[in-house]
Amino acid sequence: MKEYSITIRDDLCKGCAICVEICPKNILAMSPESTVSGYLLAQIIEVKKCIGCMECELHCPDLAIEVIDKNEKVPAG
Amino acid sequence: MILDKYLRSEVFPTPFCQGCGHGILMQAILRAVDESASDGIDIDKMAFVSGIGCAAWIPSPHFAADTLHTTHGRPIAFATGIKLVNPSLKVVVVSGDGDLSAIGGNHLIHSARRNLELTVICANNSIYGMTGGQVAPTTPCGIKTATTQQGSTEPPFDLCRLVWGAGATYIARSTVYHIRELIKYLKNAFLHQGFSFIDVISPCYTHFGRRNPQRAGATPSEMVLNLKNIAIHAKSPQELFTFPSVGTLSPPSGRTCNQKDRILIGEFTTI
Ligand code: SF4
Ligand code: SF4
Ligand code: SF4
Repeated sequence: MKEYSITIRDDLCKGCAICVEICPKNILAMSPESTVSGYLLAQIIEVKKCIGCMECELHCPDLAIEVIDKNEKVPAG
Repeated sequence: MILDKYLRSEVFPTPFCQGCGHGILMQAILRAVDESASDGIDIDKMAFVSGIGCAAWIPSPHFAADTLHTTHGRPIAFATGIKLVNPSLKVVVVSGDGDLSAIGGNHLIHSARRNLELTVICANNSIYGMTGGQVAPTTPCGIKTATTQQGSTEPPFDLCRLVWGAGATYIARSTVYHIRELIKYLKNAFLHQGFSFIDVISPCYTHFGRRNPQRAGATPSEMVLNLKNIAIHAKSPQELFTFPSVGTLSPPSGRTCNQKDRILIGEFTTI
């Protein structure tokens, strides 16, 4: 089975929650506390169940999230 | 990430509001460029031209490419000049609905009429975002804006029908939610010989959604996800003319003001 890892760049994320709501596997959630910039950030809660569908990465308006295929060490999709 | 080579990383984060659809469109354009490499599309042989408005910030300053940020409504005029001087360049206009269809409406219809070899990408948030949320020619009926506080009473433009009537030879509409289709249409537009136009419905929560939460969605993310519910895939290109409503977020039926939110998406020409 393929495994994926996800990176979220805190310096880019504006906390819009699009990735959280679009993910079919509930891999992501919003952080409870805001950052210096005042945004709540997207966080990874259960990366194991990620199916690498790329919905989160493709719909992030701030290019903050990247899905990586762990076996191939390359971007998924 | 895969798009890093096309980006000026030093200008990030973007100036867009939280959850603005324009960021998703920015990504779609660059992915279309990347996926078109095998068809001879090369960002170093492209020029991106934008007017004024939030959407005009999509290519400039973010793209590591030749970008021209011009005056309000005039990107197509500048793009025409670039194409005349250097016909080998792939010239792409990225601008908003207000810039392209209102202030620069004449340039849009005449470049379509002349079938100029340009790709025009309209980032359609159906409102004037940057200037504070005034009503635009694309604002759906009943939508509250800074200048229509009881809701707009005028039917909006269907930009795809408009450029079809003017003579465009590639016409498509998609939304930032339907990003995979959007990338496909962008690739087709880049390879098209002649005038290509893509109407991209791109939510502006700050000015549109915030004032119309029941219709548009109560948060930026709801607004993006709501596009899935209101978009209808055209079964044939002819449906552009038979669809009982006219484009954008809440199209009118005929010339009456219809408040039902439906968007017809698809490719409307295959010339
Ligand atoms: S979609 Fe992007 S900007 Fe929005 S919360 Fe997720 S990572 Fe952050
Ligand atoms: S790749 Fe798909 S399953 Fe994995 S986190 Fe993103 S949206 Fe969820
Ligand atoms: S005002 Fe609207 S269109 Fe402009 S950046 Fe903000 S959300 Fe996007």
